[in-house]
Amino acid sequence: MNIVENFDLYAPRLINKKELLSAGHRACTGCAEVLAVRLMCKALGENTVIASATGCMEIVSSMYPTTAWEVPWIHVAFENAAAVAAGVEAGLAGLRKKGKIDDRYIKVVGMAGDGGTMDIGFQALSGAMERGHDMLFVCFDNEAYMNTGIQRSSGTPMGASTTTAPAGKISSGQKTWKKNMPEIMVAHGVSYVATACPSYPLDFIRKVEKAKSIKGPSYIHCFSVCPTGWRCGSHLAIAMGRLAVESGVFPLYEVENGKYKMSSEMPKKLKPVKDYFKAQGRFRHLGEEEVKTIQHKVESEYQKILDKAKYLKAWD
Amino acid sequence: MAKRVGMEVAVAVAEAVGQCDIDMAAVYPITPQSHIAEHLSDLVADGKIDAEFVTVESEHSAMSAVIGASGTGARVYTATSSQGLMLMHELLPIASGMRLPIVMGIANRAVSGPLNILNDHSDIMPQRDSGWISIFVENGQEAVDVSIQAFKIAEHKDVNLPVCVNIDGFQLTHMVEPLEFPDQELVDKFLPPRVPYATLHPSKPVTMGAFAMSDYFTEMQKAKDEALINSKKVILEVWDEWAKMFGRAYKPVETYKADDAEILMLTMGSMGETAEMAIDALRAKGVSVGLIKLRLWRPFPFEEIKAVLKAAKKLIVTDRAVSFGGPGGPVFSEIKSALYSEARRPAIYNYIIGLGGRDVTVKDFIGMVEKVIPCSAEKTVDTYEYWGVRES
Repeated sequence: MNIVENFDLYAPRLINKKELLSAGHRACTGCAEVLAVRLMCKALGENTVIASATGCMEIVSSMYPTTAWEVPWIHVAFENAAAVAAGVEAGLAGLRKKGKIDDRYIKVVGMAGDGGTMDIGFQALSGAMERGHDMLFVCFDNEAYMNTGIQRSSGTPMGASTTTAPAGKISSGQKTWKKNMPEIMVAHGVSYVATACPSYPLDFIRKVEKAKSIKGPSYIHCFSVCPTGWRCGSHLAIAMGRLAVESGVFPLYEVENGKYKMSSEMPKKLKPVKDYFKAQGRFRHLGEEEVKTIQHKVESEYQKILDKAKYLKAWD
Repeated sequence: MAKRVGMEVAVAVAEAVGQCDIDMAAVYPITPQSHIAEHLSDLVADGKIDAEFVTVESEHSAMSAVIGASGTGARVYTATSSQGLMLMHELLPIASGMRLPIVMGIANRAVSGPLNILNDHSDIMPQRDSGWISIFVENGQEAVDVSIQAFKIAEHKDVNLPVCVNIDGFQLTHMVEPLEFPDQELVDKFLPPRVPYATLHPSKPVTMGAFAMSDYFTEMQKAKDEALINSKKVILEVWDEWAKMFGRAYKPVETYKADDAEILMLTMGSMGETAEMAIDALRAKGVSVGLIKLRLWRPFPFEEIKAVLKAAKKLIVTDRAVSFGGPGGPVFSEIKSALYSEARRPAIYNYIIGLGGRDVTVKDFIGMVEKVIPCSAEKTVDTYEYWGVRES
């Protein structure tokens, strides 16, 4: 376990002190997503342009006439953050090569929630990644449409109760397994793909820095605990992120040119999924059998990643 | 001195855009816009255009990408048609609301239901209220000229709005016409580099596309409306400058033998020249008839329309789109609105013509005029008719 003791003591030396997402935004208490965005900005630094999809992070950060953004930031619509980011990248490239702007390197970043990445924004993201734009895309996955009121997405995990896939007398909530977005990005030939979680801030920051250094497309899937939508205490956001990782529900790994590597944060032995489910209202209705099915799936998916890390080699 | 060349209009549009020092273009292919996209690609591939060329995976992403690029301060271009324009629809009011100059060529084509790839105006009409400047061209030369003028209008500091150039699909885009390209030196003089109001650059971070609730939303809508209305002044200035530099004059409303005409006919787009031939034939028979060609669709030229309609007793408005369940064709509705407060106004006859590429000939225009000749000019009940429709 790579957990830094006396984190408060070391943090100022390890993390960029400059705040590029300023305080005073309107996120819910205990929102891990806004923490993740703040950490991402710190890792990216000032020479960044962000294109954001519609969603929680857009709403809480850009209420006119205020803004929380200290980096250039653009929001256009829900499904097109990757296309807007691609356009920003192309626009800057066009201006730079003609000497119309200075020649500093600017990292262009697209960001969206799970809906804006895995559902409605999927096509635009696939297109941008396939074309090979020099951009990072970060999915802040809180596992449902939280901004509109906790509706299911393809990122919602099996069995979770949401407002459009609720647990009921004859339903156990979400009926489908979570879409494996990082794997889809690897299949696009994206040279750097990583999973991350703000409960592991140093790991997340290192991965953003790594993605920043990649010339070409890169993708980070950031697990973002939503106490409001997951129906857990707002003080539990960091703990829930840790339990998701420790149980193997959301493994931390990175894929560099096809070579899988488990993050050092991953434990040798996984905790049971039920430990992770316990504090969350969205899983409260699940019976023993259902938890067992999910436990089995989590283990088999985790083994797949371990196998990939063991056997797959980097692309030439 | 500029040379005259024979060229397909779609290709010529790409050539004209190539004269404008664009920094970025994003296109997705669709008939009949595809020759614009293809020739732009050729120009980039041959190094004749020094621009980032993004071959996006949809029109939605084409518009998204040019919005993003325009946000950086780049000069941007895209082109589309029909279903592609419908797919972009969501983003059009965002582009204008963000006050981003973008130039878009539209090869006008019928909107599906059923699928049809040929020309009418049913693609641009649903975009009417999106806050874009919308200009119709009549021939290849106008397509070339307006495609260049559009950048100057869009990027003007008092405008900062997107502009679309409506070029009738096939009827215009696929015609080979004699064309004159302006000299590059003069284009450079006419169209200096864009000076953006704000840009997405770390040297001065800005937030674009902020979220606004009821406390600001109405004011923003009014500001956009005023910007569009006020853009007419700049459009007129740009057209004046163009006339002085290149010798071809443009007006929001063009007329042909209209001054003394008792009956006027109104067209928009490429049908104007066919209608002129009908006017000539009718004049030869002694009919007092003239033509109005509406070039500027948005901002709508109310004053100019009222001025040219002062004396006429009858007005035939042709529409190449349907407003289903509505008061008549979309152009007809605008003209009626423009004239409602006038003490003297002509009786108006609305004909829906040329849908889905159906040919409109000189004979058709003559037929429309002959049909309204016997009508009483005092008639206040307007007609609304699908010209030449088969009822059985």
